Amino acid sequence: MISLTDIATQAPVASWWLDSPVSSDWPCHNFWAHWAVFSAGIIIGVLLVVMAFIWFERRFIAPMQLRIGPNRCGPFGLLQPVADAIKVLMKEDIVPAVADKTVHFLAPILIFVPVLLMFAVIPFQNGVGLIPDLNVGLLFIVAVGSIETVAVFMAGYGSNNKYALVGAMRSVAMMVSYEMPMALAAIAVIIVSGTLSMQGIVMEQSVPFALLLPMSFIFYFTCALAELQRTPFDLLEAESEIIAGYHIEYSGMKFAMFYLGEYAGAIIQSAIIVTLFLSGWKGPILPPFVWFLIKLFAVFGMIVWFRATWPRVRIDQLMEFAWKYMLPLSLINLLIVAIETILWDPVQWWLVPVNIVITAVLLTGWAGMFKLRGGSEVGA
Amino acid sequence: MRLKALAGTEAAPRIEEKLSGSVIESNEACMVVNKDSIAGIMQLLKESAEFDFDYINNITAVDNFDHFEVIYNVTSIAKKHTLCVKARIPGRDNPEIPSVTSIWKGADFQEREVYDLMGIRFIDHPNLKRIALWEGFEGHPLRKDFL
Amino acid sequence: MVMKTELVTLNMGPHHPSTHGVFRMRVTLDGEVVVEMEPMFGYLHRGLEKLAEGRTYTQIIPFTDRLDYVSSMAGNLAYCVAVEKLAQVEVPERAEYIRVIICELQRMVNHLIAVGFFINDLGALQTPLQYMWREREKVVDLFEMQSGQRFLYNYMRIGGVSHDLAPEFIPALKKFLDDFIGYYEEFEDLLKGNEIIQSRTIGTGVISAEQAIDYAMSGPCLRATGVNWDLRRDDSYSIYDRFDFDVIVGENGDNWDRYRVRMGEIMQSHRIIRQALEQLEELSPGSVNAELPQLLRPPVGEAYAAIEAPKGEMGFYLVSDGSIAPYRWHCRAPDFVNLCALRDMVVGGKIADLIVTFGSIDICLASVDR
Repeated sequence: MISLTDIATQAPVASWWLDSPVSSDWPCHNFWAHWAVFSAGIIIGVLLVVMAFIWFERRFIAPMQLRIGPNRCGPFGLLQPVADAIKVLMKEDIVPAVADKTVHFLAPILIFVPVLLMFAVIPFQNGVGLIPDLNVGLLFIVAVGSIETVAVFMAGYGSNNKYALVGAMRSVAMMVSYEMPMALAAIAVIIVSGTLSMQGIVMEQSVPFALLLPMSFIFYFTCALAELQRTPFDLLEAESEIIAGYHIEYSGMKFAMFYLGEYAGAIIQSAIIVTLFLSGWKGPILPPFVWFLIKLFAVFGMIVWFRATWPRVRIDQLMEFAWKYMLPLSLINLLIVAIETILWDPVQWWLVPVNIVITAVLLTGWAGMFKLRGGSEVGA
Repeated sequence: MRLKALAGTEAAPRIEEKLSGSVIESNEACMVVNKDSIAGIMQLLKESAEFDFDYINNITAVDNFDHFEVIYNVTSIAKKHTLCVKARIPGRDNPEIPSVTSIWKGADFQEREVYDLMGIRFIDHPNLKRIALWEGFEGHPLRKDFL
Repeated sequence: MVMKTELVTLNMGPHHPSTHGVFRMRVTLDGEVVVEMEPMFGYLHRGLEKLAEGRTYTQIIPFTDRLDYVSSMAGNLAYCVAVEKLAQVEVPERAEYIRVIICELQRMVNHLIAVGFFINDLGALQTPLQYMWREREKVVDLFEMQSGQRFLYNYMRIGGVSHDLAPEFIPALKKFLDDFIGYYEEFEDLLKGNEIIQSRTIGTGVISAEQAIDYAMSGPCLRATGVNWDLRRDDSYSIYDRFDFDVIVGENGDNWDRYRVRMGEIMQSHRIIRQALEQLEELSPGSVNAELPQLLRPPVGEAYAAIEAPKGEMGFYLVSDGSIAPYRWHCRAPDFVNLCALRDMVVGGKIADLIVTFGSIDICLASVDR
């Protein structure tokens, strides 16, 4: 921890300043100033990064589909998200006459705000964040993230549309069933790092947890895809499904909030994965904030890559996958990690190949037992 | 290899002995039969071992001013022969003919198309509605006296 | 306690983001399960059969392009074969070889597009489709060399083809064939082993062989059920009896088998084109069109002739009264007859499988409605 005397006696070098940890009431030693600066920073940052993600996704998917992607609006199509935003904002906001007005109005807000709330506990740099060392950081994330499920259901119910409601119910079923393996995978991380605070988890990662806990990483990543309703779990937004999803009756600014919420959700899930598994902002040579951004875009790139490559699973196969496949395996994973923690100090390099072998054996063995059945059994 | 096209003159005697009076005329290309016995003839063609016509290639109709003809092209996949059967419907008002949908399910849409465009009603068809034109269209376009 | 449920009737309307044209289905659902399905089409009916009665035999050839516009060369060929049977016309050998090469190229392209859209319906967001479309672009360039058009070719004529092969056609074709093998293997590697594709297509949209024959299905849909029936081998038209090829047959008649049959047929077409090129090189140059009078008057009579179009058995029934225009012109469209079986394939399955099954039959609405 750099003290004021150090700053006074030594020449401040830019990287030295960027590397040093920041106190939790910077600037002005006043929490509310700290809160104001970081809240504004996070909101602006999220909006900018959402635009960057939209651009990145479209430009990244395009070469995989032998196309170019947007390249007309601004240099390299960089202003394309701006054009999309302006288009969506200029549309008329239509509310169905028979809709439940309060619920219909609140749902988009409830989709977007929890995502912003979750940013409060992410460390962007050593100690830089709104409250990154909240001692129940991960619990806060899991709890606030569950509000999205309620918000999705409110959107479907408030539209008073049969198909939106059915779509919303399917969506809620999917999100709830995928939250369990997600939480269990995160608990394995907690056992190994010994702390719930996000800052603490990053500090503990002398070995990135993606290598140390490969099964947790794979499961958390898959469940994040399901929570984000991205391919291969995007059956509700799919154009080829007839039930077009819970946001069918929204237009204009409210639809923009859903769209924003989807990409902001992608950012926060990527940020959580980076913090929990890819050792956050740590990295050589470059400033830590830049490392955080690089890892964020790398995780989002993987999400986009999956979208370009895989087809969709059916709803019953999806539920089967979560309950029969991921839940038991994540419990077994928890057991193994707990045993390792009791016997040895868990964060060690020699445990990496051991864990990778255990993961490979378990996944291939379980997959052999429970192959996703094809077929359309009536009543299944 | 080519499928053997059974001549009408070959098939006609065998049909006549089972269902007498049904064949009106026969020549090299096809066999013309009486419209009322079409269901019996088709049943015979499908089920008898020597014919075994299990595949209905094509059902269509021709408007020959004083009579209609419904043409059935059938094939046997096992025996590898084909036959062309025509059913003659005399007169122009309210032409009707028994449906063969109960014999080959593939006749369903094709008979609906003939009804839609030619106006020939198929008795005992499970779902005789217009297929290409919309409900409420008046007239049958493929007839020679339409436009 | 039995839960009280209600049947929901859903209309998958003519405007649909992912059906292959304007097609309407009225589906009755019990939860996720399809209880009843009624297809309704006719939105693209243009009255081609009536229009053909007022046009000469050669003027009808552009109509046949517009039947199955994805594989319009096959439509052309089917019609020309039927008229040649009616009028007893002998086609010169060089024209026959050109017809075979063109038709097999068309078959490759049609199956690629069919598989691409099928996987698109599964949700793979058009990535495989774009790869397969790239191959179609190369073939469309070849066709443009011949007919001057990229889409509705109007290339075949009664008694042959309209132009001889352009000098740059054969080298470009050879290059395409050589490159294609690598791309085909890439498609197989990327798609065949995909667990999601397998679990969504194996066992869905099943139809048995007896039902398929009863419904008079044809083409890859029939062969996927296990029936070994291919008009190129069993009722050879043109010069198909000179080529050596396998008929790809499936086992269960589900969506997976239809996909595999199409992929297999692409390679068989590749094989046929290679053989045709070899045999064409040994042929002495000659005319590519039997010199027929401009206003052809076939003798009085009728004929039904069918070819193995990419989608199935495409046949034409023609009645001639000795004049320059046909008395009756009827097209037996393969997807019209295949659609009859759709109801039996999807009832009892889930709604998500309905779209996939519909995509796997590979219909083109212009040919269904005519």
